[in-house]
Amino acid sequence: MSSKLRVLWLQSGGCGGCTQSLLCAEPRPLFDELRDAGIEFVWHPALSAESDVDALAVLESCASGQTPFDVLCVEGAMLRGPNGSGKFHLMAGSGRPLTEWVARLAVQARWVFAIGSCTAFGGLSASTPGNPLEACGLQYEGNEVGGLLGEAFVSAGGLPVVNIAGCPVHPGWVVDTLEKLALEGLAAADLDPLARPLFYAEQLVHHGCPRNEYYEFKASAGKHSDLGCLMENLGCQGTQAHADCHLRPWNGVGSCVRGGYACIACTEPGFEAPGHPFQETPKVAGIPIGLPVDMPKAWFVALAALSKSATPKRVRDNAHADHPVVRPALRKKHK
Amino acid sequence: MKRIQLGPFNRVEGDLEVSLDVADGHVVEARVNSPLFRGFEQVLVGRAPDDALAVVPRICGICSVAQSAAAAAALADLSGVTMPPNGQLARHLVQATENLADHLSHFYLFFMPDFARATYARRPWYADVAPRFAAVKGSAAPAALAARANFLKLTGFLAGKWPHTLALQAGGSTKATTPAERIRILAALREFRSFVENTLLGDALEVVAELDSEDALRAWAEGRPGDFPAFLAAAYDLGLERTGRAADRFLSFGAYDLLPAGVRQANAAVDALNAAKITEDTHHSWLAASPPLPPAQGETVVDAEKAGAYTWCKAPRYEGKVVETGALARLLIAGQPLAVDLVAKHGASVTARIAARLLELARVLPAMEQWVRNIVPGEPFCLPAPLPEEGQGIGLTEAARGSLGHWLSVKRGRIERYQIVAPTTWNFSPRDRDGQPGPLEQALVGLPAGDGVLPTIQHVVRSFDPCMVCTVH
Repeated sequence: MSSKLRVLWLQSGGCGGCTQSLLCAEPRPLFDELRDAGIEFVWHPALSAESDVDALAVLESCASGQTPFDVLCVEGAMLRGPNGSGKFHLMAGSGRPLTEWVARLAVQARWVFAIGSCTAFGGLSASTPGNPLEACGLQYEGNEVGGLLGEAFVSAGGLPVVNIAGCPVHPGWVVDTLEKLALEGLAAADLDPLARPLFYAEQLVHHGCPRNEYYEFKASAGKHSDLGCLMENLGCQGTQAHADCHLRPWNGVGSCVRGGYACIACTEPGFEAPGHPFQETPKVAGIPIGLPVDMPKAWFVALAALSKSATPKRVRDNAHADHPVVRPALRKKHK
Repeated sequence: MKRIQLGPFNRVEGDLEVSLDVADGHVVEARVNSPLFRGFEQVLVGRAPDDALAVVPRICGICSVAQSAAAAAALADLSGVTMPPNGQLARHLVQATENLADHLSHFYLFFMPDFARATYARRPWYADVAPRFAAVKGSAAPAALAARANFLKLTGFLAGKWPHTLALQAGGSTKATTPAERIRILAALREFRSFVENTLLGDALEVVAELDSEDALRAWAEGRPGDFPAFLAAAYDLGLERTGRAADRFLSFGAYDLLPAGVRQANAAVDALNAAKITEDTHHSWLAASPPLPPAQGETVVDAEKAGAYTWCKAPRYEGKVVETGALARLLIAGQPLAVDLVAKHGASVTARIAARLLELARVLPAMEQWVRNIVPGEPFCLPAPLPEEGQGIGLTEAARGSLGHWLSVKRGRIERYQIVAPTTWNFSPRDRDGQPGPLEQALVGLPAGDGVLPTIQHVVRSFDPCMVCTVH
């Protein structure tokens, strides 16, 4: 790769939380790490010096092809409403819909990254009855390929939109993907079928779950702050959601499940409208509808019954408490 | 008279446009446009009430926890539950972590880079300030980012992650702190205190928190190493203590059981808060016309072609009057002597708003250390909070940038109405039906504008630490 990887960043129908999360990158401070990896911002709305006409000049120069840049990172859903006008977000100072800016810039970029699930799939702005936004992702609308740029879109670098999905993204997902690109490029083989980087999307949130012992014995939490497995009652989708949240901690030490609440599968299209309350597990005849991916239902039911009957008292009692009430036994001494 | 459009305003959260009517090089009238609409109040309708806890944090990536806390409070109000002491302490800690981290981000990443503009190259402080605070490249950024990231590890311990946690529930916190975590949280707080004292303030938190007048502040800052003293040197050179005055009426919903709720009138009298006196007006918003409504009866119906409208933001008013909210309001209502003195001498200003954030850091961080000590591992953190099928709830809290309220009503077990009034909705509100401009619209009047002037407008806009994505939820 030649010289610097130049990144242009735009924000639209989102909360800005992916940038806020990105700024938590560690161990090195984000700006140092990106600089030394050969990555620089052409402009970023939350970070750059240029404001007002100076900012518009940078964007216009990029959109017209005068200033070459490598990666267009977009953060936030594309708001096409009302009535297809894009008026729900006219970029300040320009009077033009953000959707128009994104479409112009996407054809100039060598690669286009959707930062966060709003940008990838529409996220919370999309697919809710009564919501007027007409929102979509860059190349998806929920599960459907299409979105703002359309199914056929391929950036100059030869890839569809790269979906760094998550609500928010983990800072490492963005930094790793940018650094891989700067190091040796990205290929279709680096992405999963939803165009998410395999770096994090070839894992399940369940992998490395700190509550795995409770999961194995189906020792389930019954209420908030219980230590037990969150899958059976409290809505956890960690066995179905693609991400490495338990192999790569959040904010140094955390994850949703470590925080005591369900994985709501925020890296998946349509997570915003699960069809049931987020913190309740839908069941039929007492069996959760959403079983672990790759798990045959009959085996799951059989194993669950078996493991429940084999649950140690320690695991069973602790599952219903907010701190361990039974400690692991000491190893017996062999004579 | 000519009209100038300013935008995009970067280094604010979300998108912002300001329209200025200028005569003789000065602003005569300002109109503030929030050009992005988010539609969250519609997204919430029809969902299960507890779903608000998953949805509302995603209104805002920078005041995500404050949104959670407001929703949890509204649900607790609906349920009638009172959370246990550990739950209260955990919530205070998570909220304070976000608020103080936001103050740090605002100072280093959003606000100070404007002093590195080349237009200031001949000022006496420029040689020190510009290389330190230049956007992205400044020498202050690495240590500030590291301090912020390490401080936010408190949310990793207490709330799973930041932003967008589901740990804050009506009945307390889903995360029970373990004895080991309690010790490690105290260590993280020591690390943050060290950065704030050695790099940002240049003195002990307790010394800064006790500064009691503008004279004391200036004497303290004189020649002192530290980023806050560096700001004060530039700000006094530019007269920013006399710049950016708005209505000088202030609102706080009260924070952490430490800073009280209240309304401070222009004559400095502090009234008790009465949330029933809050209304929202849509006269100049791209929203269906209606008389000013209390949020509990509020509507958010899009009317994108409405004549005379210029923003997606509503105009909230207290007793029909314009109020400013934020750290300065919190400290004024708490009677903090330095904040009171700054405003008594000059009215609210850029300097007063920035100083208030850093004073709040000095005041709240020691309280956080005490809250951690007060946690009793083994005692409960969360109680069940069963919800009625019908009813209403109000959740009032303070985000970093000011007062945040959620008004919820539930019918047949589903959210029937959800109205949110966010801090920047107050501060960046448009005119109302009586023509009263919002706080920023007032603060910009009289400032120099046009080609070749100093970027005073940039300082004033950012002194409010606007969060536009919340504004237009």
